[in-house]
Amino acid sequence: MNPKEYKYTQEHEWICPEPGNKGKVGITDFAQSELGDVVYLDLPSPGTQVEQFKKMGEIESVKAVSDLFAPASGQVLEVNQAVIDEPGLVNHDPYGDGWLVRLELSNPSELDALMGSDKYDEFIAQLGEEDSE
Amino acid sequence: MPSPYLPNTDAERMAMLHEIGVGSIEELFQDIPEEFRNVHFKLPLPFSELELKEELRQLSNRNTNLDDYACFLGAGYYRHFIPSVVGHIVSRGEFYTAYTPYQAEVSQGTLQTIYEFQSLVCQLTGMEVSNAGMYDGSTAAAEAALLACRVTKRDKVAVLSTVHPKYYEVTETYAKGHSISLKKVEPRLDGLSSDCACLIVEQPNFFGYFEDMNAYVQKVHDIGALLIVIVDPISLGMFKPPGDYGADIVVAEGQSLGNPLSFGGPGVGIFACRKEYLRQMPGRIVGKTVDVDGQTGYVMTMVTREQHIRRERATSNICTSEALAALATTVYLATLGKRGLRQVAELCYHKAHYTAEAISKLKGYSLVFPQPFFKEFVVRCPVRPHLINKALFNESIIGGLDLSHMLDNSILLCVTEMNTKQEIDRLVEILGTFYRD
Amino acid sequence: MGHHYLLPDISRPGRIGCSLPRLDVPPSELPSEELLRQELNLPELSEVDVVRYFIALSKLNYGVDTGFYPLGSCTMKYNPRLHEDIAQLPGFASIHPYQPVESVQGALQLMFELQQYLAEITGMNATSLAPMAGAQGELASILLVKAYHHARGDRLRKKILVPDSSHGTNPATAAMCGFEVGTVSSNNEGNVDLNSLESMMNEEAAAVTLTIPNTLGLFDPQIAEISRLVHERGGLLCGDGANLNSLLGKAKFGDLGIDCVQVNLHKTFSTPHGGGGPGSGPICVKGNLAQFLPSPLVIKNDKEYTFTIPLKSIGRLGASYGNFGVMVKAYAYIRTLGAEGLKEVSENAVLNANYLKEKLKAYYHLPYDRTCMHEVVFSGKKQKAKGVKTLDIAKRLLDYGFHPPTIYFPLVVSEAIMTEPTETESKETLDAYIDAMKEIAREADENPEILHTAPHNTPVRRLDEVKAARQLDLRWRMGKHH
Repeated sequence: MNPKEYKYTQEHEWICPEPGNKGKVGITDFAQSELGDVVYLDLPSPGTQVEQFKKMGEIESVKAVSDLFAPASGQVLEVNQAVIDEPGLVNHDPYGDGWLVRLELSNPSELDALMGSDKYDEFIAQLGEEDSE
Repeated sequence: MPSPYLPNTDAERMAMLHEIGVGSIEELFQDIPEEFRNVHFKLPLPFSELELKEELRQLSNRNTNLDDYACFLGAGYYRHFIPSVVGHIVSRGEFYTAYTPYQAEVSQGTLQTIYEFQSLVCQLTGMEVSNAGMYDGSTAAAEAALLACRVTKRDKVAVLSTVHPKYYEVTETYAKGHSISLKKVEPRLDGLSSDCACLIVEQPNFFGYFEDMNAYVQKVHDIGALLIVIVDPISLGMFKPPGDYGADIVVAEGQSLGNPLSFGGPGVGIFACRKEYLRQMPGRIVGKTVDVDGQTGYVMTMVTREQHIRRERATSNICTSEALAALATTVYLATLGKRGLRQVAELCYHKAHYTAEAISKLKGYSLVFPQPFFKEFVVRCPVRPHLINKALFNESIIGGLDLSHMLDNSILLCVTEMNTKQEIDRLVEILGTFYRD
Repeated sequence: MGHHYLLPDISRPGRIGCSLPRLDVPPSELPSEELLRQELNLPELSEVDVVRYFIALSKLNYGVDTGFYPLGSCTMKYNPRLHEDIAQLPGFASIHPYQPVESVQGALQLMFELQQYLAEITGMNATSLAPMAGAQGELASILLVKAYHHARGDRLRKKILVPDSSHGTNPATAAMCGFEVGTVSSNNEGNVDLNSLESMMNEEAAAVTLTIPNTLGLFDPQIAEISRLVHERGGLLCGDGANLNSLLGKAKFGDLGIDCVQVNLHKTFSTPHGGGGPGSGPICVKGNLAQFLPSPLVIKNDKEYTFTIPLKSIGRLGASYGNFGVMVKAYAYIRTLGAEGLKEVSENAVLNANYLKEKLKAYYHLPYDRTCMHEVVFSGKKQKAKGVKTLDIAKRLLDYGFHPPTIYFPLVVSEAIMTEPTETESKETLDAYIDAMKEIAREADENPEILHTAPHNTPVRRLDEVKAARQLDLRWRMGKHH
């Protein structure tokens, strides 16, 4: 169910590569379900330079705050206004309408360091096992 | 002797120990290493209720109370009339023996009251949002400065020289932790450099007179800093609210709105700001919502700002604040309402001006500042103010605040609706005796 | 039923809730329009409107006066009525903080003696009553730690170490004082893991903050060892005195090696919690730290009491001297009980907590099965396995007429249920609570749905916190309300 064409981080962000060295970024279904109903997003404004695996924003549910890390370095091109207005989109459609920002990648080869969907599936399966111990 | 606050009898204690499976209460303290346990400590022998009441009544009588003395002292703590309703409502055990409303379903009384408090504070100050209250006016000012530093990412705080000196000192204490530096600036704002996070102004200021806020707002905003205004909430009954002249954060001591002086505490710090700084606000915030049946109800909201969620990244470490004083303030504002608060403010204004005028006509006395004022003003006296205060005290009058360490032979006097014409005339009369040709 | 209307709803133009005196002096000219307010949109109510509105609201609240309130870490004990009367005496309630000290000798004497009592109770040498809440007392402690190291010329210590079971204010306070936070692990007995402390307590660590007994309600028997380690390596040992209710007359922080500790008068010394304040959080320190205390302190010169500023004070924490009204009540409490009475307070608090622990441990998982102090932390783990969360248990307790314990804290216990009965509760109250908790455990097995949907008979039911946070409605506006 995690889209095949996306790449994933260990912090549960995804990036969907787009033509022209661009990429759309969001959080995974696993992340949104762990976090619960998202009520507020603090996202970097367009023009901000972000660095791979460094903090670029915050996502809040009613009783938790989660850091949002950049899956790749680059410049923020666009912020999804719809998700700012209606944070529940992150819960309802994390891979679609619930996307967060669009980046212009400064070093597309960084994506090689991320997990593919199969590997990410395995990764969260492992987390589940650790939890139930 | 059994204590009225310890209901269990010896028999019940024995039964409980038996259930626990130990022979004595002492065994329950076994984790405390023997060497530290059951230390001797010296405290006065216990009193019965009757004895203690009498003992403390006598101790309280060693204080000169303002129910017996006329008072012309203010400087941030004010004696205003408190309608009887206020005391009766805050004395309801359901209010004062509750704690922070963690369980909203059984705390709607506290929660709805806080929502009312936030609303009334916004109406009064002309600001968009308010929190549930801070410790006092001075810590509200200090936390406002920290907020300004967070949002501007700057570490210098400018404080106008006419701000209450104790507010400056408290802000200095809070700034220490973050290596933030404070600087005093004069009304021309020459010292307001572009690396300042904010300017703190008091309106009316420590000396009682009104600052020219329009002159500050533009300069502060031009450098991308925040304008923090400390107000006297009673003054807002007739004077322009800070929201109208562009304040970014408004703080105030709420004591004067329905709380006794109580030697300076508890009061409540009012903290209101523009909506854009909401997520940076310290303290608790209550919001309106619905329950599962669709009924209206109130909850603490935006709790992710707070220490129990965000721990070391919280906007402040504050948790318990001054909810009961905020309740008193809410009841006070509801009781006085639109007309009552205006009337209180006008009584203060006219009585203070009557007093100031009468004193300024006395030989040897003059008003130090020509600017318009509300209920406080500085008078230059022909002799050292402490001599005057002493003479007043002998006539059952608490005089003003001696400012001679700041301004020669000067005294800060405060007149409120509590001061009768008779008291004022007597004050003027006694002041008149100090002039010698 | 909740309360469906707000002040603007019952406002009627022309009403007023109190009468004010007529102006008895000639009116003065008003200043320029520029300074004046045009509109003041406050509600207009009669006195009876006000009384009925707030009395109706009070009925929606639960307090210690209403019933059992075992909110862990908050010490919700009974608040004697006597204290309220005393705090309202005009000689205490009607005095101005800037009155000449000669005219407030009674107030200063009370503060001076309270400073001494608290120093005696905690085994320290000096007290400042200035902090207005526990968290402000903590702030004072950590600022004092900073001042102490700086005064020694040591500016390298950038960390405050806190146990993983610590209250959120500990790390938040450390951060407010410009420190980084290091988290020390707990071992499987609920004590500090000495290896973890050993590895972190180095020349970068300024102090360790320990809640004693800790937030699991346990007294760490390694305290002497911890103190030795911290002090040998140049650090200070700060106490969080939030749990002092278990130690009165039983042990003194000073003897345990604590250098400074904040005491919560509104907890241990029975001043009302007021729906979230006023509190009071004096700090007590060892002699060498007294010079850094927040100002002012009260001292006695010959026969007169006066204020003084410690030599290297961290500064002022408020525009007056702290929450004096709260100090009066705590003072009255200490004078009512005396040394023996206070000792009985702790003994009974600890007895009550252990009784609850023994009677409930068969029904709820007890992560640390050992003698507890004034509070006991259960875990809702057993019930969670059946799909019932600790939140559901707490909400169901409301149906049984009890205020729930603190839940989901401390963080080191999953599904934590932190229960602090206090000494002012009788055996029959505890038994009634125990019965309710057993019944809830049974319901969790047999009828979990009733827990998921609880509470059922409170003024309002579970509230939509997501809606509250997404569609922020934080105030009304007059005129635009409907």
